[in-house]
Amino acid sequence: MKIGTPKEIYEGEARVAMTPDSALQLQKLGYDCAIETGAGAAAGFSDAAYEAAGVEIVKTAAALWKEADIIAKVRQPSETELKRLSGDKTLISFFNPGGNAEGLELAKAKGASVIAMEMVPRISRAQKMDALSSMANIAGYRAVIEAGNNFGRFFTGQITAAGKVPPAKVLVVGAGVAGLAAIGTSTSLGAVTYAFDVRPEVAEQVESMGAEFVYLDFEEKQQDGAATGGYASVSSPEFHAAQLKKFRELAPEVDIVITTALIPNREAPELWTEDMVQAMKPGSVIVDLAAEKGGNCKLTVKDEKIVTDNGVTIIGYTDFPSRMATQASTLYATNIRHMMTDLTPEKDGQIVHNMEDDVIRGATVTHEGEITFPPPPPKVQAIAAQKQEKPKELTPEEIKAQEAAAFKAQTKTQVTLLVVGAVLLLGVGLIAPASFMQHFIVFVLSVFIGFQVIWNVSHSLHTPLMAVTNAISSIIILGALMQIGSGSWLVIVLAALSVFMAGINIFGGFLVTRRMLAMFQKS
Amino acid sequence: MDFGFTTAAYVVAAVLFILSLGGLSGQESAKRAVWYGISGMALAVFATLIGPGSGLWLLSLILIAGGGIIGYFVAKRVQMTEMPQLVAAMHSLVGLAAVFVGFNAHIEAARIATMTPEAREALTGFAALVAHKSPVELSILKVELFLGVFIGAVTFTGSVIAFGKLAGKVTSKATKLPGGHMLNAASAILSVILLIMYMNGAGGWTLIVMTLLAFFIGYHLIMGIGGADMPVVVSMLNSYSGWAAAAIGFSLGNDLLIVVGALVGSSGAILSYIMCKAMNRSFVSVILGGFGGTTGPAMEVEGEQVAIDAEGVAAALSEADSVIIVPGYGMAVAQAQNAVSDLTRKLRGLGKNVRFAIHPVAGRLPGHMNVLLAEARVPYDIVMEMDEINDDFPDTDVVIVIGSNDIVNPAAQEDPNSPIAGMPVLEVWKAKQVFVSKRGQGTGYSGIENPLFYKENTRMLYGDAKDSVDKLIPLID
Repeated sequence: MKIGTPKEIYEGEARVAMTPDSALQLQKLGYDCAIETGAGAAAGFSDAAYEAAGVEIVKTAAALWKEADIIAKVRQPSETELKRLSGDKTLISFFNPGGNAEGLELAKAKGASVIAMEMVPRISRAQKMDALSSMANIAGYRAVIEAGNNFGRFFTGQITAAGKVPPAKVLVVGAGVAGLAAIGTSTSLGAVTYAFDVRPEVAEQVESMGAEFVYLDFEEKQQDGAATGGYASVSSPEFHAAQLKKFRELAPEVDIVITTALIPNREAPELWTEDMVQAMKPGSVIVDLAAEKGGNCKLTVKDEKIVTDNGVTIIGYTDFPSRMATQASTLYATNIRHMMTDLTPEKDGQIVHNMEDDVIRGATVTHEGEITFPPPPPKVQAIAAQKQEKPKELTPEEIKAQEAAAFKAQTKTQVTLLVVGAVLLLGVGLIAPASFMQHFIVFVLSVFIGFQVIWNVSHSLHTPLMAVTNAISSIIILGALMQIGSGSWLVIVLAALSVFMAGINIFGGFLVTRRMLAMFQKS
Repeated sequence: MDFGFTTAAYVVAAVLFILSLGGLSGQESAKRAVWYGISGMALAVFATLIGPGSGLWLLSLILIAGGGIIGYFVAKRVQMTEMPQLVAAMHSLVGLAAVFVGFNAHIEAARIATMTPEAREALTGFAALVAHKSPVELSILKVELFLGVFIGAVTFTGSVIAFGKLAGKVTSKATKLPGGHMLNAASAILSVILLIMYMNGAGGWTLIVMTLLAFFIGYHLIMGIGGADMPVVVSMLNSYSGWAAAAIGFSLGNDLLIVVGALVGSSGAILSYIMCKAMNRSFVSVILGGFGGTTGPAMEVEGEQVAIDAEGVAAALSEADSVIIVPGYGMAVAQAQNAVSDLTRKLRGLGKNVRFAIHPVAGRLPGHMNVLLAEARVPYDIVMEMDEINDDFPDTDVVIVIGSNDIVNPAAQEDPNSPIAGMPVLEVWKAKQVFVSKRGQGTGYSGIENPLFYKENTRMLYGDAKDSVDKLIPLID
């Protein structure tokens, strides 16, 4: 089968869904690759580079759509593009199935299979094809770079001969993939970074990236992030109010605000209000990564950069990934390639649309003339559930009580054992003659000493211990030696044999122990 | 010399033996402790030779010297990997000696019983001791002797079989005759009946029949225990050889024999207990052989075993800061300890933190791995036991598992239906990366599937452990 990638027709879109590298990998899966001429130019991949990777260059989009069995592209397809589909074709692309009912209907009417890259479920196995994450990662990075570009000061604090420079303070709202990428970039540039998220369980991730998590003074059980597939959900009005109050406190201090708060299939929540913008210092920068869905700040103008009256720059670009087209294309093409790997279990260049597979089922929005969106929830829940509450710290009194109880129990078992042992001993003493009891006492005491001593032997010396106990258990030689002088010849022969065997054991045992112990060396 | 000197010498010897065992608490003091043991033994033998009751001391000395020469050569020649066999073989000697000494005691007692009172007065040594016993004391003597012979005989055949299994001369699978443990139980009951008959003066044949029964029990009991339980078996036999010596000590009225027998017996018992605890199995279930019944189907293992080549492992090792090596019986089989030691030296030379994690039941003998690593000149202060190192795995970059399987099996913690559920294991899967050096894809000795091999951070390095590690060393820089 042939995989084709057309030139993106959306204005300003520089990304491309196939790179020369990914084409090589796709060919290993048994596919032929084709690309529309100039499709990779904006992302820095020339036709020549594709040709060198064995990709066929097709002159027009129409020819490519006709020729290819599988079409991989980036942006949501236009009506014209969808009309080029047919029943035996598969389209892999961003599709926005939630807000693209006409597109779904059209694809259904054509009978084509459509795999929407944003619908890849968030489970560990599917991470390698999670294009939303790889694009969000770029957006987060680029947001900081854009902010720095429009911010008149250093990120990092410096004390120079020419004076002291305070570090920039950056607030990142929303610690999803984009947020975390922004935090990472911002801290590595040296800024003092704060981060906020409605899901308190991400505090740990935020802190691991080197930022400070902004906690609210608010007592409410937050919904478990795992229940909503790892995405944030709508918060209660009280919580929202507490959040805004905190932001109002922070607004005069921070120099750069990066908002990334999105709730799936809803308008972006307003988190940075006009009065907060008013409270910010002149020269501050706001980057609104939610601009596509209306923006977290109401002053944001989609796809534009504006400067407010009090000198605050608000950036509302929505094409951050496209602004880093080479990087974005590489990552996206890899995501597509991984998706193809899953779709080609036999590696024979034939697509197998296995609707039993969680990942493929989840991402497929139309298949065999039917709309298969929204998908059923995935069988595997792979997002870590919210941490259970830690066991309560014990107070010193409780610890003391526990220790006392343990001590009591220990005393009790010890006393019981002693009593039982003593009774048994007494019982033996009642019937056994004195000469036996004399030896018996020695025996019991030796067992006792044995137990006390052996517990202290270090684990690593267990083999030498066995060898040494082996050697000393040849003490049986004493018995044989006492008997060897006896009259009967049979006794002498048996005793002599015993002496001989014990002799082997004594020497063998001790020598081998010495040999082993000599080997143990300190570094 | 009179009796008092011998007793005094025995006291000193007993103290020396206790010190010799106590000294094994640390590697350095252990080196001194062996000398305590040697001098204790020398003193005891010397005191007995010159003490009352012994005769033919020239013959005795020649025999000891003869045995000593054999022992010397065996100790010099033995490979460290063969240590389990050697220990088992030496146990069998103690067992057999106990049987002989017990027989002798019986023969002497029988001979004296036929003597006239005048002739008894003329007796010396052990015979004199027996001659002066009252009837009650005589019957106690009979019980003690009977017990000594019984335990000795079980130890003898048991150790011979254990030796055979460890040396690979007998199949290491658990095999039982039809009837299983009922046969053992029947033999034991029969032995008790024989004991009662013997007490009532049934004569020497009961003793001989009982010895044969005990030989059978020893054989059958150990045949029914599989290779992975060998650490328990060896320490159990160690314990038995001690108890046999103690029982003989009772019948001969020799306190030093009792003391040493009790020390050895309790030492072996504690070792068995430690080993059983390390496998989370009760002593009885080990003795009864085979793994206990499961309570349900084992958890299914998902995923696949991903292989890796030596270059991949070397690259990961080159980048790692901390490395933990988990050796098992497979390392001993492949004789890979020197290669592992070279690898360790190279990695440490590069400034990496290399440590070893030893599970209590790794290998076929308690402490087996420690001895092998020590032989290969791995410093003992980087060889850790399970409890010391288990918490460090999450902070470790690379774990190399060489020839161990069940002791790193996460099913013990994750799958309540697993036959080894609850057994303490080394939590290697918590490390960032795990490499498993293994011959092939099969399951381990116990036949339990190991989910570790299917984990995402596990890579399998197939092939002989020694070859694999040898290949690895030049690749690291």
